[in-house]
Amino acid sequence: MFVAWRDLKFAKGRFALMAAVIVLITLLVGLLSGLTAGLARQNVSAITGLPGTEIAFAAPGGGQDLSYSGSAVTRGQWERWAGVPGVRSAEPLGISTTRAAAGGRTAGVSVFGVEPGSALAPAGEKIRDRAAVLSATAAAGLGVRAGGTFTLAGRELTVAAVAGDAFFSHTPVIWTALDAWRTTAPPSGGSGGPEATVIVLNTGPGADLAAADRAAGTRTVSRDASLAAIGSYASENGSLQLMRGFLFAISALIIGAFFTVWTIQRSGDIAVLKALGASTAGLLRDALGQAAVLLTGGTLAGTAIAAAVGAAVSRGDVPFLLTPATVLLPAAVMILLGVLGAALSVHRIASVDPLTALGSTR
Amino acid sequence: MSLDLHDVTLTYPDGDGRLTALDRVTLNVPGGGLTAVVGPSGSGKSSLLAVAATLIAPDRGTVVIDGTETTGMTRGELTGLRRRKVGIVFQQANLIPSLTAAEQLQVMARLDGRSPAGARTRAMELLEAVGLAGQAARRPHGLSGGQRQRVNIARALMNDPAVLLVDEPTSALDHERGAAVIELITGLTRRRGTATVLVTHDRAHLAAADRIVQVHDGRLRHTAAP
Repeated sequence: MFVAWRDLKFAKGRFALMAAVIVLITLLVGLLSGLTAGLARQNVSAITGLPGTEIAFAAPGGGQDLSYSGSAVTRGQWERWAGVPGVRSAEPLGISTTRAAAGGRTAGVSVFGVEPGSALAPAGEKIRDRAAVLSATAAAGLGVRAGGTFTLAGRELTVAAVAGDAFFSHTPVIWTALDAWRTTAPPSGGSGGPEATVIVLNTGPGADLAAADRAAGTRTVSRDASLAAIGSYASENGSLQLMRGFLFAISALIIGAFFTVWTIQRSGDIAVLKALGASTAGLLRDALGQAAVLLTGGTLAGTAIAAAVGAAVSRGDVPFLLTPATVLLPAAVMILLGVLGAALSVHRIASVDPLTALGSTR
Repeated sequence: MSLDLHDVTLTYPDGDGRLTALDRVTLNVPGGGLTAVVGPSGSGKSSLLAVAATLIAPDRGTVVIDGTETTGMTRGELTGLRRRKVGIVFQQANLIPSLTAAEQLQVMARLDGRSPAGARTRAMELLEAVGLAGQAARRPHGLSGGQRQRVNIARALMNDPAVLLVDEPTSALDHERGAAVIELITGLTRRRGTATVLVTHDRAHLAAADRIVQVHDGRLRHTAAP
């Protein structure tokens, strides 16, 4: 790194420009990562927070994909699941989206219906026929606290507790009893309406899920795999991840282009160093070390700015999630891909002929 | 310390055939001796230097540097040999723009894995020997052409080479500065006992040589004392 360090200091303008580009790309990737995670949390946190291992949907017909909005299960189905060997618990969960009102304020909410006392809901033991548990955002949106009242689908309910901050499909969650939920659920075509949307399962290693699905007329997937059944999540997350992927690729290409030009510019120096006895491996190490220093410095600066901006905006309504996974992981990927891009460009050091340092043949 | 080329032939691809750059060249340069190589453009002077510097392998013949036969050595072994045994003074100074005069020399020691403190001391000694002790912290753009060429010479001596290969060191200098550079190379050759090959087109410098070799069409036409 003897020459590489001095090159960094000597050609400060060029390296500062490149570092600024890395800072900006990292900032963009960091903000996009935080936003992606924040939006994802607003879409699925109610599902990922469920104390279950699998979700059983009503088996869709005609080759359709699983969907939370299209599933409707009956009491018979979840009672059958509850009796399957190896299944520790099978609890019905109703999901619908509606509006709630309180004191002249209204808010779009996701209603999660559970059996009173169910462990699926936070403070589930407080849920009664006319008493609901509100997530913090739902309570804030309606301007109610524990002990207050609000209206849901024409029924007045009491706020039994404000607990957690679960979201589903970008709306805050209100946990109610299944009977209360049924008044908000769209008709399923049956006489009495749906009993629930899905069944939340807790299974052990001995459970034969496929056989149970066949017997109950359901289709079971893991809790995490069930996220794909939330239509908005799959498309939104896919689009944002695609943008993030493109940004990673663009950063690798920019780094590669910069070091390609840089290597070409200093090929005369490289030829001289080789003629003087520098090994190709040593010169490659130097060049990659130089790239790593530039990338690490630029990425750390960009990450720090992204974290600061993220912390500021997440205090407001922007769904930005600031965690090591959303900040440090993209930074590590940026450095890794950048070094890869640099490696692909500085490899031309190996092809520089030291003979050129001697000038043309006379 | 010596340089021996024996029956060296070097050819380059040239259309469908091959161009002979060196044709059965035999040359012995003893330690402490300065051999001047002269000849017209395209005669093979630089090819001779390139072969002696192990930068290119001859088609046939042998190159022996300070007793080490280079035939069959790997590229890595040749690089190591060049680092330890061969000093090259380039026609243009070829200094690294980002390094100061002292660092131009220190980088040689770094390549050889020597301690930074020792390298700094050695670099300052050599810069003093070429009359540049006061310019150690200057970068190439802050030095004159003659000063850059002296740094070039000092750099070639940094690893105490057995063989010093000097390629037209005065081509970019005026007569007075050119003469000073030749005097410097001659003095260093005598004092340090290096086997020095000086490629030059300037006959005014030949008086300093112990022997003059004329190259024509890749052949050594004759050798003579000045």
